[in-house]
Amino acid sequence: MVHFEKFQLDNGLRVIVHEDASTPMAVLNVLYDVGAKDENPEQTGFAHLFEHLMFGGSVNIEDFESPLQIAGGENNAFTTNDFTNYYVQLPAENIETAFWLESDRMLSLAFSEKSLEVQRKVVCEEYKEHYINKPYGDVWFKMRELAYKEHPYRWMTIGKELSHIENAKLSDVKNFFFKHYCPINAVLVVAGNIKTAQVKELAEKWFGDIPSGEKYERHLPKEPKQTEARKLEVKADVPLDVLVKAYHMASRTEDGYYFAELITEVLGSGNSSRLYQSLVKEKKLFSSIDCHHTGSSDAGLLVIEGRLIKGVGIKEADEAVEEEIKKITANVIEEKELIKVKNKTEAAIVFEDMSVMNRAASLAIYELLGDANMMNTELAKYQSVTAEQMLVESRKIFDEKNSNTLYYLSNN
Amino acid sequence: MVDRLIAPKITDAVDFTLKLPSYQKHLLKNGVEVYAINLGELDTLMVNFVFSAGNWFEEKNLVAATTSYLLKSGTSKKNAFEINEHFEYYGSSLSRSCHNETADITLHCLGKYANELLPAIAELINDATFPQEELDIYKKNSQQRLQVSLKKSEFVASRLIDAYLFGEKHPYGKYSSFNDYASLQRDDAANFFKQYYQNGRCVIFVAGKLPDNIIEELDKNFGSFPLKPWNTAVENIEHDIIPAIEKKYNVINDENGVQGSIRIAREFPNRHHPDFQKAGVLNNIFGGYFGSRLMANIREDKGYTYGIHSYFMNNIQQSAWMISTEAGKDVCRATIEEVHNEMESLRDELIDEEELQTARNFMIGTILGDLDGPFHVAGRWKNIILNNLDENYFYNGVNIIKTVTAEELKALAEKYLKPEDFYELVVV
Repeated sequence: MVHFEKFQLDNGLRVIVHEDASTPMAVLNVLYDVGAKDENPEQTGFAHLFEHLMFGGSVNIEDFESPLQIAGGENNAFTTNDFTNYYVQLPAENIETAFWLESDRMLSLAFSEKSLEVQRKVVCEEYKEHYINKPYGDVWFKMRELAYKEHPYRWMTIGKELSHIENAKLSDVKNFFFKHYCPINAVLVVAGNIKTAQVKELAEKWFGDIPSGEKYERHLPKEPKQTEARKLEVKADVPLDVLVKAYHMASRTEDGYYFAELITEVLGSGNSSRLYQSLVKEKKLFSSIDCHHTGSSDAGLLVIEGRLIKGVGIKEADEAVEEEIKKITANVIEEKELIKVKNKTEAAIVFEDMSVMNRAASLAIYELLGDANMMNTELAKYQSVTAEQMLVESRKIFDEKNSNTLYYLSNN
Repeated sequence: MVDRLIAPKITDAVDFTLKLPSYQKHLLKNGVEVYAINLGELDTLMVNFVFSAGNWFEEKNLVAATTSYLLKSGTSKKNAFEINEHFEYYGSSLSRSCHNETADITLHCLGKYANELLPAIAELINDATFPQEELDIYKKNSQQRLQVSLKKSEFVASRLIDAYLFGEKHPYGKYSSFNDYASLQRDDAANFFKQYYQNGRCVIFVAGKLPDNIIEELDKNFGSFPLKPWNTAVENIEHDIIPAIEKKYNVINDENGVQGSIRIAREFPNRHHPDFQKAGVLNNIFGGYFGSRLMANIREDKGYTYGIHSYFMNNIQQSAWMISTEAGKDVCRATIEEVHNEMESLRDELIDEEELQTARNFMIGTILGDLDGPFHVAGRWKNIILNNLDENYFYNGVNIIKTVTAEELKALAEKYLKPEDFYELVVV
């Protein structure tokens, strides 16, 4: 059970406090309700590029990093398709430094031309390092475009193409900031060796006078129901063939999400999972295979991704995966397997909650999804899932018409 | 209204008193030491068995790593699936890893299931069978993985730089080939296991919210095995370091590559050398954190790379000082130039008080944050114990961070940060 208190400032900023006296540290986490899905299709990658610019100085503080380092703190940030999260961890005595720094960059940035120029280059190098200069680096660009036709999940957070990042202008940066980076569109979590009363005072002091901003109303195109199986074959300079299959699944807050999560565990998590045992160990068709899902707020994808043994035909490999899918859609899973995936989920949740930084981020993310207290009710939701519910859900997910199959083939 | 131009008052992190929470030491019947760190509120537990079974001890390449990988692939009672299923049924993970000197078997689980899981680990140590079929799958899949890895410039660069530093025959410098995998035999692993695990030197670290009977249970399951205590005298195996003579290398791995993997490295003494901890502060300023000079110049000013770091390799016999980055293909030379410039300014000019104070505070803050939670504390102790050090190493380190002078750091830069002493490698 994670205890927390919640209050809201007059400008609409939601604040959550989680006290934990067992650590000497404190964490200040700010989650902004904007991700890659909120980008203009002609300016993809912007939310992530913007995250870099948040470190380029704010209106009253030239340099974000140095004062924090002097206070013994460290920080980082990440951008997903759904949101952008910033966190600072520092000795609890110095928590006010984090309030000072984070509130100033919520108030306004320095908007420096130099910072934009440098971070454009840095992000382009990040793009090259992770997606161009690596074998299979573009698999997910292809799969997202295959599976999503309308919804902005069709592009990656890093951006659809390098040119979108290269062409970013300072005026775009300003517009983006004032649209999304304001109290009404953010959640602040303070956790660790702090007291609620102290946080109330500091939040009021540092964030209280920031103009509320306008509530961002999201009107994203809904992905139409897929009505026929999609296939794509790609040839690339890679040593081995790869098979990727993706299926539309429920959104983060639907019951179907929990069923899907346990289905991925049954199929592809760990060396006793069905796909690994059958296709890597028994049939020896793949050198590795796993099953996971994108975990996104809006309807996501359940994914099976495997690397073939050299010499195995991709059709044969695909059929073998289909056979496993047939099994999971034919009969309810056995009690023992159900207990196993629930136990794994329980342990994963407990281990994740060990770190105060993770707890702070989870509270913020759940609050954005609707209620921070979901953090305390998640486990019970998983534990109440039945084998029958999983069967019904797996038939929905693994409907042939809901499938997207990518053959990523070696051209040598 | 609050004045945002004035930074809030801070407590200098160097004024914090750092305390490394202590362990309880126990001995099993066979003399194997157990270091127990009882901390935390959640029902989480880590049991870490460390064996003196790294690739230092193998006579044939890859035998140590293969033994480590395959030890949970079958016993006379259970096949690989049943073993994995047992650990996963209780939501636990049993990982194993092989390093230069040591090899680990590590259980992470909820404490309430420890009694179901410890006997399963004992079964592996007592009775791992290394089935031929499992070896065959492992060989094939590993060769395929190697084939993919060899396409990555960063993988190739990391292998080569180690070989230049230590020589291709040395455990720190050797790397795997397709042939090495092909020539692996079942008996290689089975024999290695017998000598270095079943009858080998072992030490155990347990951390988390410890179940009351954990030591009893460890003794019951492992206390009668012929494992040897960590400090048992064994025959010394020496490996000569034979560094490469040539210092500069350019390798083309992929004609179409858009980035170069840059590695710049020199040999550096191990943790027992009086320079080691002081140089840690210098390294931090040089390239050890986001505010470091390499990051500030090469990423935040020039935008040549997504990240650049310097660090000491975690070796027991001899370390190395490494600078590592992936940079745009056309700016690799410029990046190396800037690394040299940063070395030069550390040699020529005293670090000013503000920068030094920032580094001190940051490092102390990091240690403070890192002492958060039982597994991190266990990690600190493990590092101390496996390197034959004691807790003074920790407290000396903290003291050095607080007191090392700009003059001392300049002298260290003059001694160690000379470009001509470094290997330089670019792999595109």
